[in-house]
Amino acid sequence: MSVAIIDYGVGNLRSVQKIFERIGSAAAITGEAEDIRAADALVLPGVGAFRDAMARLSEHGMVQEIKRAVLDDKKPLLGICLGMQLLAQESEEGGAGEGLGLVPASVRKLQVAGKLNPLGRKLTLPHIGWNEVRPKPESILFRGISEGSDFYFLHSYRLVCDDSGMIAASCEYGETFPCAVERDNIFAAQFHPEKSQEPGQRLIRNFLEHCERGAGQA
Amino acid sequence: MIKVRVIPLLLLKDGLLKKPVRFRDPRTVANPISIVRVFEVRQVDELILLDIGCAAHNQNVNPKIVRMISEELTVPFACGGGIRSVETMSGLVAAGAEKVVINTAAVDNPDLVRAGAEKFGSQCLVVSIDALRREDGSYEVHTGNGSRPTGADPVAWAREVERLGAGELLVNSISHEGMMQGYDVGLIRSVADAVDIPVIAAGGAGKVEHFAEAVLDGHASAVAAGSIYHYTRTTPDMVKQAMAKAGIPVRL
Repeated sequence: MSVAIIDYGVGNLRSVQKIFERIGSAAAITGEAEDIRAADALVLPGVGAFRDAMARLSEHGMVQEIKRAVLDDKKPLLGICLGMQLLAQESEEGGAGEGLGLVPASVRKLQVAGKLNPLGRKLTLPHIGWNEVRPKPESILFRGISEGSDFYFLHSYRLVCDDSGMIAASCEYGETFPCAVERDNIFAAQFHPEKSQEPGQRLIRNFLEHCERGAGQA
Repeated sequence: MIKVRVIPLLLLKDGLLKKPVRFRDPRTVANPISIVRVFEVRQVDELILLDIGCAAHNQNVNPKIVRMISEELTVPFACGGGIRSVETMSGLVAAGAEKVVINTAAVDNPDLVRAGAEKFGSQCLVVSIDALRREDGSYEVHTGNGSRPTGADPVAWAREVERLGAGELLVNSISHEGMMQGYDVGLIRSVADAVDIPVIAAGGAGKVEHFAEAVLDGHASAVAAGSIYHYTRTTPDMVKQAMAKAGIPVRL
């Protein structure tokens, strides 16, 4: 069961690799097309800005590789943070930009204007910190993770899903937004599971076990 | 709902943790890795590491130390200390920091804020503001670990860096820092009320009660502290329990 963490020059990949190590699994960081083709499962991390990330994915020849792996080879893919947003068809961040188009969704800014936190203070952006997640009972990613568990968020933009059936969990910050999606072999989380202590670790383990079950049936 | 974050602030110099009182006479505390491990087990919400030797010696934060610390943590951490370029920021993010903190360089070269936000996203960029209270009650931003007055007002400067793209502010009172007599709530609130980005309060926490003040009166989104964790038996968990009792949402 080989996992490849896609390196396209953006983000802190070592933290993602580390969480796989913590649960006793090796995940390789790679930017090579052949490694992506050889891997059983993929992780698409991401930090920073949507357009810059898409440009880098293109530069590194990753766009077609990822589409092939996910749509043709049906490999499980886990998108994290910006990696989740990149799966969408488009994002309004930095002016309109095209995403990978792997899920029927778009990306827009979190609407917090005029909204207050529980202490009566205005909500600030970016959405930074620990916030509660409400998973759907049938979710694979959240198996064994209690409703209301806190995960660490660090973002200003959110996914808008055309297909609400793909929403695996939601979170509330000024508005309710999907913080995790699951659709066939595509999984993604808006928060950082690699920096969310036990619940994050459990989520990664759930993803891995799902991949292993799938591989066993192949 | 979003939780208020409790964040230990670690000051590093020559590879060791230091605890300066009022920005002078740093006292040695301990090996950073062992302290980081303790905080990891104590489930802090986040960690901030600042290398205070850097600005003075024109050095950069050592990426090796950043990597070692990142390996120990399953919570995010921000690091800073003498960062003057986007390249340095890249190195620290690659080494494992979720966010970078800039202070003096932002004042000397405000375009760095814009450039850093553009490359990494605002959420990765924390601008740290050290302010000294003047006798007339007004405040002045200082750089170089509090040694250089800039003539700037912290509220005006905060608005400017927000406009340039900072995602978060770390607001520190020079006169309160290390004294453990409480945060400068007035300073924190004046900045927090003026911007729409989160403010991390720093400087002065000495008792568990101080933290709730920084949130309820100071309007901070997160509370950072150093001395209280180093010199007293207070733990981040005790701080959270006290804040919860005061009605503040925290991750327990």
